[in-house]
Amino acid sequence: MEMPSPDPKVLSRKADLIDKLEQVLPKDAVIHDPSETRAYECDGLTAYKCPPLAVVLPSSTEEVSATLRICHDMNVPVVPRGSGTSLAGGALPTEDSVILGVAKLNDVLETDYDNRFIRVQTGRTNLSVTGAVEEDGFFYAPDPSSQLACAIAGNIAMNSGGAHCLKYGVTTNNLMGVRMVTMDGTIMDIGGAHLDAEGYDLLGLICGSEGQLGVVTEATLRILHKPEGARPVLMGFDSAEVAGQCVSDIIKAGVLPVAIEYMDRPCIRATEDFAGAGYPDCEALLIVEVEGSDAEIDEQLETIMKIARSHKPVELRESSSPEESAKIWLGRKSAFGAMGKINDYMCLDGTIPISQLPYVLKRIGEMSKEFGLDVANVFHAGDGNMHPLILFDANKPGDLETCEELGAEILKLCVEVDGCLTGEHGVGIEKRDLMLHQYDPADLEIQMAVKDVFDPKWLLNPAKVFPLASSDTRRIAAE
Amino acid sequence: MKPISPSSEAELADLVASTSEPLRVMGGGTRPIGRLVNAQPLTMQQISGIELYEPGALTLVAKTGTPVAEIEKTLAEENQRLAFEPMDHRGLLSTTGEPTIGGVFAANVSGPRRIQCGAARDFLLGVRFVDGQGQITRNGGRVMKNVTGYDLVKLMAGSYGTLGVLTEVALKVLPRSHVTGTLKIAGLTDVQAISALSAALGSPYEVTGAAHLPKGKDSTPQTFIRIEGFENSVKYRSVELFKMLGHLGEVKFELDQQANATLWQNIRDVGTFHDREGDVWRLSVKPSDAPGLVARIAPEDTVYDWGGGLVWLLMPQETGADTIRAAISETGGHATLIRGNRTAGVFQPLAAPVAALQDGLRARFDPKGILNPGLMGRAA
Repeated sequence: MEMPSPDPKVLSRKADLIDKLEQVLPKDAVIHDPSETRAYECDGLTAYKCPPLAVVLPSSTEEVSATLRICHDMNVPVVPRGSGTSLAGGALPTEDSVILGVAKLNDVLETDYDNRFIRVQTGRTNLSVTGAVEEDGFFYAPDPSSQLACAIAGNIAMNSGGAHCLKYGVTTNNLMGVRMVTMDGTIMDIGGAHLDAEGYDLLGLICGSEGQLGVVTEATLRILHKPEGARPVLMGFDSAEVAGQCVSDIIKAGVLPVAIEYMDRPCIRATEDFAGAGYPDCEALLIVEVEGSDAEIDEQLETIMKIARSHKPVELRESSSPEESAKIWLGRKSAFGAMGKINDYMCLDGTIPISQLPYVLKRIGEMSKEFGLDVANVFHAGDGNMHPLILFDANKPGDLETCEELGAEILKLCVEVDGCLTGEHGVGIEKRDLMLHQYDPADLEIQMAVKDVFDPKWLLNPAKVFPLASSDTRRIAAE
Repeated sequence: MKPISPSSEAELADLVASTSEPLRVMGGGTRPIGRLVNAQPLTMQQISGIELYEPGALTLVAKTGTPVAEIEKTLAEENQRLAFEPMDHRGLLSTTGEPTIGGVFAANVSGPRRIQCGAARDFLLGVRFVDGQGQITRNGGRVMKNVTGYDLVKLMAGSYGTLGVLTEVALKVLPRSHVTGTLKIAGLTDVQAISALSAALGSPYEVTGAAHLPKGKDSTPQTFIRIEGFENSVKYRSVELFKMLGHLGEVKFELDQQANATLWQNIRDVGTFHDREGDVWRLSVKPSDAPGLVARIAPEDTVYDWGGGLVWLLMPQETGADTIRAAISETGGHATLIRGNRTAGVFQPLAAPVAALQDGLRARFDPKGILNPGLMGRAA
C-alpha cells in the first residue's frame, strides 16, 4: 500500500513537537517512545502497519483543541483514533503523524428519557452506550458487530451500521448533535437535543467523513425503548435466486423485519463445523427476525412463513423459545470466528441492489474459481450489504496479493451492478484506490473541496478515502 | 420575469456554466421558504419522470421535477409510500402549483412520522446535481447502505438549491401500514400534553405521530397519538397506551381510516393556521423545552408535532422575531420564519465557526454566487 513519504521537516522537529504537546497535556497523555507508539501502528486491518511519530490521549475537548492547534501550526498530520477496530485502515498512521486517541473521553454526560437522547464523550464504546440506559429499558440502535470494542467516535467517522439497521437505520440516522474540533483547534457544536440541525446538514456531512473533517469529542445520540420481544425464523433454500426472491417478497408484503441475514453454503458448512448450530446444508440460508409483543410477532411470522413456504424451502424453522432463538442466531454470530479458525480471511463490504443478488453470487463463485481462493458469503440481505469473506493463507507468498486482487474485482462487480464499494466499513486506505471505479474525477473533486473548507492544510487523517494521485496536488500545495 | 425551463440535465448544466446572472431555482414553486431572491427564475418542471422503481428493494429513482403526487400514486399501487410524510405547504403559504420531489429534498420537508422513522434526508440515498459552475456531480447511489466517500447526499438535502441544482434523487420507500389508529386525549395543558407524548414515544409501542393542539375542536385542547401496523397490533398497542395515559383525561380511539388520514394531514400541513392572518414560525426544539418557550412567546395559536420537538407558531404580523430569537437562544434549537416579512432574515443565525464552514462550502460549490443568492446565507 502506497503512502505519502513522510515530511522530513516534521520528523526533524519531533523533540520540539513533544515539548509543545507536554506543555498543554499531562505527561502521561503524550506517548513518544518507539516501544510504546508501536501499539498504535495499525487498526483492524492488520496487513498494514506504521508506527506514528507520537500518540496523544487527551481527557477533554480543550486538550483535543490544544493538540490540534499545535499540530496545525507545526504542519503535523493527525490521525484520529477511536478504538482502532477499523477494517479499512481508517486509523492507519503515517510515520510523520500524531495519533489522537479519544479512548480517555468515555463519560456519559447526560441521559434524558423524556426527550429520548443520551450525550456521551465519543471514546465510549458502542455497547456501553446501550449499557448506560438498558436498565431503564432503552437502547442505542446501531449495532456494528465490533460493538463491544468500537468507539462512538469511530462509528461517527465511518457511519457504522449493523445487523438491525434495516429497521433502525445507521449512525447518521441516530446522531442528533456533535461537539467537534476542526484542525485549527476551533471548537463548535452542531445540532443537539432537537431534530434536524439548523443551517446546512453539516452533521450528515461529518458522519462518515472518516475523521478527515474534524475530531468529534461529544455526541448526542437518539435512544429508543427496547421492543417487547424479538424472534427469528430460519429458512433454507436450494438456490440463491429463490432466497433472493423470498427476501424481496417479504419486503413487498409490508412486513418490515428488524434483520434479514443471509449465509451461503461455504459459510454454513464452516460455521456448522465450528458452532454446530444445526443449520441445514443448503445453498442459501436466511434468518429473518421481527419484533413486538408475542401476538404481534406471531402475526408477522405467519405472513413471513407463508411467503417462505411459497418458495418451497428445504427447511423452515420458527423459534418457540429464547433457547431456540439463540440457536438460530448462533451460527450467524459465530460466522466470522468460524472463518478465522480455518483460515486467514479478508472481509469485503460492498452493497448491491437486492435484485442483483443471484447474479452477483454467481459471478463471485466464478471469480473464486478463477483466482483459486474460496469465498464464503454472509451478509445483511435486507439492505443488500454483502460481506464476502475471501479465504487465504497469510504464510503463503503471494496469497495476500491474490486475495486483494480478487477483493478488488468483487467490489468492482458491486459497482457495476449499481451498488457501491463499501456499505459500512468505510473507504480508509483499503478501498482508496478503487474510488475512481465508483466516482468520476469531478465527483471526487467536489468531495475534496469539502475537505478544503474544513481542513485547508489537508492534515487530518492523511492518505485515506481519496486516491493518492487525486489528492497529491492538494497535500503538496498545503505543505 | 418569465422562468427558464431546461428540459434536460445537460441543458441545465450548459445554462449554469454560461451565465453569471443569479438564478432563482424552483421546483413547483409551492414552498417559497427563505429570503426572496431577485433573480432569473429557473423551473425544474420539465426535468421530470420516475426512472426506476423496485418495490422489492424499497427503492425509487426520479428526476427532481417529478410531481410528488405522481410518485405517491406510483408507490400506492404497490402499497408503499414516502414514509417521512412530506408536508404540503400550499395551504399555509397560499401557493398554487405542483409540489415536486426535488423541492421536498431541497427543503428537507418531513411530516409527523419524522419522529419515528426519520426526516426526508434520512430517506435520500443518492443525488445528481449541477453545481454553481455547471459541473454535473453524483453522490451516494441507489442502495440503502453506502459509506463510499463523503455524504454529500445529506448536505444537499435542506440546502435550498444554494449548493447545486438537484436533478435526480434516489430514495428509500417503505410499505404502507395496513391500519392506522389514533388515541385522542382532550383537555390537557401544554405541559401535561408534552409529558404524555414523551411517555408514549418512550414506550415500546412505536408511536408514529405525536401532536398537540392547544386550541383544538371547539377550542378544547386535543392531544393525538398515532399507531400504525397490522390491525391486531394497532388495537393491542392502543390498549397498552390507554393503560399508560388513560388517567390523564377523556380518551377516545379513532380507528376510522379516512378520519385518521384527514386528522394527520391537517397536522402535517398545519391546517389550523390556514386562512388566518399573521406570521408563521417553525421551531425545532428539545420537546420538554417547548411548552415553556410557547408560554414565553405567547403566540396567537400553536401546533405541537414530533412530541413537542416541532412547534408551529402563529404570531401577529411582524411581532415575533426578537422574542422568538431571544427565547430560543436560551433553550437551544432553532426557529425559521415560514410566512411573513422575510427581509429581516428567515433562518436561525449560526454560531460564527459554523457559519464560516457554511460560507466556505457555499463559496466552493457556487463560486459565482448565482444559485439562489441570499436565500440561505448569513442572516442580513
